[in-house]
Amino acid sequence: MDLSATTTIRRPVSEVYAFWRRLENLPTFMAHLEEVRTTGERTSHWTASAPFGRTVEWTAEVTEEVPDEKIRWRSTDGADVPNTGAVLFVPAPDGVSTEVHVLLAYDIPGGELGKAVAKYFGEEPHQQLDDDLRRLKQVMETGEVVRSDGAPWGKRARKEFPQRPAMPLSAAELAKGVEA
Amino acid sequence: MKAVTWAGRNKVEVREVPDPTILNARDAIVRITSTAICGSDLHLVDGYVPTMQDGDVLGHEFMGEVIEVGSGVAPERLRVGDRVVVPFPIACGACGACAAELYSCCENSNPNAGIAEKMFGHPLAGIFGYSHLTGGFAGGQAQYARVPFADVGPLKIESELTDEQVLFLSDILPTGYMGAEMCDIQPSDVVAVWGAGPVGQFAMDSARMLGAATVIAIDKEPYRLRMAAEAGYVTINFDEVDVRSRLLELTGGRGPDKCIDAVGMEASHGSAHIHAYDRIKQAVRAETDRPHALRQAITSCRSGGIVSVVGVYGGFLDKFPAGAWMNRSLTLRTGQCHVQRYMEPLLRRIESGEVDPTRIITHTLPLDEAPHGFEIFKNKQDDCEKVVLKP
Repeated sequence: MDLSATTTIRRPVSEVYAFWRRLENLPTFMAHLEEVRTTGERTSHWTASAPFGRTVEWTAEVTEEVPDEKIRWRSTDGADVPNTGAVLFVPAPDGVSTEVHVLLAYDIPGGELGKAVAKYFGEEPHQQLDDDLRRLKQVMETGEVVRSDGAPWGKRARKEFPQRPAMPLSAAELAKGVEA
Repeated sequence: MKAVTWAGRNKVEVREVPDPTILNARDAIVRITSTAICGSDLHLVDGYVPTMQDGDVLGHEFMGEVIEVGSGVAPERLRVGDRVVVPFPIACGACGACAAELYSCCENSNPNAGIAEKMFGHPLAGIFGYSHLTGGFAGGQAQYARVPFADVGPLKIESELTDEQVLFLSDILPTGYMGAEMCDIQPSDVVAVWGAGPVGQFAMDSARMLGAATVIAIDKEPYRLRMAAEAGYVTINFDEVDVRSRLLELTGGRGPDKCIDAVGMEASHGSAHIHAYDRIKQAVRAETDRPHALRQAITSCRSGGIVSVVGVYGGFLDKFPAGAWMNRSLTLRTGQCHVQRYMEPLLRRIESGEVDPTRIITHTLPLDEAPHGFEIFKNKQDDCEKVVLKP
């Protein structure tokens, strides 16, 4: 399954590139990622959430990096869901913004795991990546993921439809949300 | 706290709900001293805006006192104790749209941008109390409200002006003003305004402030037309006369130079069968909006004129007079108001006495009586032009 998405961020290319290259930052805006841990100069360990409380883990290596231009990576041998990714950073015509183009490819396996992964992405797999980039833009431009009463938990918003009412949260809801 | 909530189509209830808290670092919490019911709230209550949920707190025109600020709000920008008017579009101040002062198109303030994008092609800003399509933010018809990006939107009021004088800077005064500004008014211009509700009245005041020679009010409610006449505008009652003929008479056959639609998606029509056509199509959702005022504005406007739309549309409409629009070189301009752009200059105009926003207030009610306020405003009872609520 191939996914692509793009957004324009009103920050310089060097800043957006540096944020992405620090792979630990990816889970702040990518909904499915729980954690990315750098393990070597080019290698990292990724943990993603899957349905029914499962997690999927893999090791990835950066296969190409050109500062302020692009980063490519791929999962190493033995990943449950082999995948590759690339992100390109292009100066926008306005002279101050950066276009971010992301390409992801997943080799979805057969069997239970494959079904679970397919279900996770749902009928509109592109929507998730679009939303991820929207959150990247929020983080880079405003400092954090924007929350509302209807969608109070930032990147988990997608799982919350239909939403809770646009009414302030109770102390119990707040406590539960912080812990979750 | 007490809050006015949507409880289903045509049902507004005052309920006890939790007090708001800071959710993002750049939030502030405001204790509301005055808030108002807006014509666009009626579109929500009437059920014409999708993604409303039972329990949504309504209201996007409010002001009050800052009682808490998040760690990301610089003290020189806003601090506890400040008296502020809050603009209805939530805007981050940092994205491309905000940099272009297109605050109501802010690219970051709507957490539900994905849904809005499906409906509108591109997302729109978050708006207080205005459905989940615009973010699912609790509104300001309540005792307290959480205000995101509090370092960008809220306007500090440091003078002795009353709440009533400045409250409408939150929406309808800037909205009416933008309607007139989009008309590029020249000193010889005749400006016709469809709708003599609150936004229409302020569009008329603004057209005059910007130098229009003549301003014409079009409505069917005698009390609204009376209010416009008392302010010095020519009036047309579309229940009594044919609007186009009357406009031709008033302009030597040319038609108004500039036309402002301050009505939007729930227009009424002097001709019962045309109104019925749109009403039925809208009821069965074959058409989401009843665009009668817009059609009439386009066909009435002089060739080469400008039609400016500040009445709210939500979806799709039909029988759009594209032929008149295209062949007669009309310019169509529109937008949800970029309130932040206009608050400061309009505050100066209020201070100098150029405009008196209090002239439209007909009812002041305690928050508890909001359902009654919605009722009389919607049904145009008791000469209700504008309801201010006191939490």
